[in-house]
Amino acid sequence: MSRVHVGTSPVRNEDRALLTGRATFVDDVQLPDMLHAAFVRSDHAHALIRGIDVSAALARPGVVAVITAEDLGDYWQPGPLLVPPPPIEGIVFNQASQVPLAKDRVRHVGEAIAMVIAESRYLAEDALSDVVVDLEPLEPVVDLEAALADDAPVLHPQLGTNLAAHVVQRHGDYEDALAAADLVIQRRFHYDRGAAAAMENRAVAARWDARAEELTVWDTTQAPIPIRNGLARMLGLLESRVRVVAPFVGGGFGPKIMMFYPEEVLVPWAAMRLGRPVKWTEDRQENFFATTQERSQIHDAEIAFSRDGKILGVRDFFFHDTGAYDPYGLTVPINSQCTLLGPYDVPAYHSEFRAVFTNRTTVTPVRGAGRQHGVFVMERLLDIGARELGLTPHEIRRRNYLRDDVFPHTFQILFQDFAPLYYDSGNYAPALEAALDIVGRETFRAEQARLRAEGRFIGLGVVSYVEGTGIGPYEGARVTVEPSGRVRVATGLGTQGQGHYTAFAQIVAEVLDVAVADVHVVTGDTREFGWGTGTFASRGAVVAGSACHEAALAVRRKVIDVGARVLGVDADDVELAGGTVRVRGDEGRSMPLGQLAGHANPLRGAVTPGTEPGLEATAYFGPDHGSTASGVHAVVVEVDPETALVKFLRYVVVHDCGKLINPTIVAGQVQGGVAHGIGNAFFEQLVYDEGAQLMNASFMDYLLPTSMDVPKVEMAHRETAAPLNPLGLKGVGEAGCIPTGAAFAQAVEDALPHLALEIREIPLSPNRLFELLRDASG
Amino acid sequence: MAEPVEISLSVNGAPRSAAVEPRLLLSDFLRQELGLTGTHVGCEHGVCGACTVLVDGEAVRACLVFAVQADGAEVTTVEGLTPGDGALHPLQEAFRDAHGLQCGFCTPGILMSMVPFLRDHPTPSEPEVREALSGNLCRCTGYQNIVEAVQLAAARMAAPATSAAAAAEAGS
Repeated sequence: MSRVHVGTSPVRNEDRALLTGRATFVDDVQLPDMLHAAFVRSDHAHALIRGIDVSAALARPGVVAVITAEDLGDYWQPGPLLVPPPPIEGIVFNQASQVPLAKDRVRHVGEAIAMVIAESRYLAEDALSDVVVDLEPLEPVVDLEAALADDAPVLHPQLGTNLAAHVVQRHGDYEDALAAADLVIQRRFHYDRGAAAAMENRAVAARWDARAEELTVWDTTQAPIPIRNGLARMLGLLESRVRVVAPFVGGGFGPKIMMFYPEEVLVPWAAMRLGRPVKWTEDRQENFFATTQERSQIHDAEIAFSRDGKILGVRDFFFHDTGAYDPYGLTVPINSQCTLLGPYDVPAYHSEFRAVFTNRTTVTPVRGAGRQHGVFVMERLLDIGARELGLTPHEIRRRNYLRDDVFPHTFQILFQDFAPLYYDSGNYAPALEAALDIVGRETFRAEQARLRAEGRFIGLGVVSYVEGTGIGPYEGARVTVEPSGRVRVATGLGTQGQGHYTAFAQIVAEVLDVAVADVHVVTGDTREFGWGTGTFASRGAVVAGSACHEAALAVRRKVIDVGARVLGVDADDVELAGGTVRVRGDEGRSMPLGQLAGHANPLRGAVTPGTEPGLEATAYFGPDHGSTASGVHAVVVEVDPETALVKFLRYVVVHDCGKLINPTIVAGQVQGGVAHGIGNAFFEQLVYDEGAQLMNASFMDYLLPTSMDVPKVEMAHRETAAPLNPLGLKGVGEAGCIPTGAAFAQAVEDALPHLALEIREIPLSPNRLFELLRDASG
Repeated sequence: MAEPVEISLSVNGAPRSAAVEPRLLLSDFLRQELGLTGTHVGCEHGVCGACTVLVDGEAVRACLVFAVQADGAEVTTVEGLTPGDGALHPLQEAFRDAHGLQCGFCTPGILMSMVPFLRDHPTPSEPEVREALSGNLCRCTGYQNIVEAVQLAAARMAAPATSAAAAAEAGS
């Protein structure tokens, strides 16, 4: 009668601390004698540094130190290349990673030039304007195509070019497809920048204990273990003497996995050098400049169809803006390249991109991580093709979905995990029908016609996507039954709101047949668990969740073995139930798990050779491939042609992330992802001027969607179990925001069929849509 | 630098006195001087609402108020929502039961915005809840579960006798 926890939605273990204000976030760390840092940042996008005079700042009362690149000596090193380029034939990759403090040149507005450390943050900020930086402005690089011109100013003189990468990937023979095509469509698509905009800005606090020779760093990172390893290497410390803690983190969405941000390198160094704890907390304006961003791409795409709407091939050339540096390698554009194929049978694909350095903030993955670009291009091509061929958008998709008997399905192109793009499982066509059923395939068109007669314009957009999730290399977990009977789980990745404290507890509680509330999960503290990579690519539940499962199974085996010994019966006669181990068929002969844990860790007597003490086990899980989640989004919008305001009336998501651990948490991830996607589609855009100055670096000007803008997402879960992990899991963290722009574009066009409106760019805004409507009206 | 100013105020029911710089924000005073770090700071320009606290019973953005302006006031932060005996406020309970939070960073500010809202609108409609929430930004949840949590709290606070049944239902 073991309890089922996986697939249920208990209240979250972490909520009490968060709701009562007791949860510790990095900025909540306050230590005796703590100093505070603030940064002098460039207000030019591209300039040479001719001189830095810190004397006035140093003379200000309360200022303890002002650090420039020169003061760092050998510690000044460009950051590591986080993700090397995949081994693609003919690939060009030019590395230029960020530096702790700009030395001779600044490459984007907000790049750090000097660190001021003072007795309070107020005093540190006061001193920022005392630091005199002599900058000689250079012509900024903004436009992706102009950046590659022979006479363009170059960001990184050692490279001699602004080309960060050139990658060609092919699957099948596109020229053959083109020759056989009945219809070829060519378009240019733009997808512009957005901010991750986690509600918590970044923060780093560090304490150096000179007696213990131990460095403790609190960091809002998604990857505490790689941060620890890197800091140990740079500071010449043993990894075991560096503890990195990512406590409660107020949203991640990608940029918090970047490493190293300059502040992550400098704050620990300063704490060691000054012998006092140091803290820095980013403010919102800094976040707009100094936290990585994503998105700008320009695609010149072409699709070849047969007369009956079958895709024969796709060819895509695109430019990808990597910003001032490219420490994250090619993850984002390769995601775009691979995810473009979607759930479709594309026999021939030629995809070629150029990543370009520009004088804007560095680009690294933001929720979706380039996948939405590929989805937008493909879905738009299908929509345009459907219109040309006289098909509905739904019908053209039906005709091109991969059949459910082709899995596992491999493409010849390489994905971000360096392995050929691999779809482990899926079943795509039914999701479309399910979405249309929820929308009401009969009723919607009638309603649309009825409203149109009243002068109101509603439209429907229905699009598909796949998402590669849950990639390796690995994560680990340690599960311990404590003498109290409570179970402790430690894993290495960080958590930023995904409910890991509950989802992992559910997995372990089910295996050990205890209550979810009795399983205490620790994440993101390298002292608790020191092996792993981090939270990215919708992989936490899949990879770390599977490791928790393996570790719990190992503990269960120990419980049975020790229980059999203590109870004096064969292992086959022992069962677990309700937090006790007992003799099968004789419930009176039992022992609580906590007591059994004592027997597994005796103070006297012998422990059987070859066994380990305690009811504890550690396990690791690394999948051969990621698992491919998929889904269909359907959105109903109302467009006001006079004002170009668009209201989101309904939003339907039918998605398949394999087996659900906690349906309520999954639904929350989808709803939140859709909100993010709606923001990217219609509200949010980082607007740079021709000088590469960001024009809207505040929440007054950069509009996040509010409770007035985001509708309730109507959801249906489909569960095509992933074959590559024991629980059948696929990731879901990013799915909500990936196809939103494409769905939005189709819906707006559908609302205004009398106009020759063809949306080829995201984000839109009322202003931009107004211009498009004006142009389409002739 | 301006001379410190003596202030006296009540914070979560306890009298507090301090000498503060005139420019010290109320949010920084609460977090740094009093150690009440449940009040979070998300934008420091009054848009995100994460720092919302009650000043004399009304929701106020603590990042837009100087501590000296709170002299003589009664301030309530998220830590003061409950007596500290382990019980949760009905709003906190509803947020837990309706999964109204993910990372939880914006949550204290939302709770403190909703306390006076529900006091003034004990039986709000969904559009009223959405409008009241629109001054608080959340990046994780997409708001839906927050709306439902506020409605759940309103229903339970209106009919306290049935709250145990509602809790059982929500947790099932």
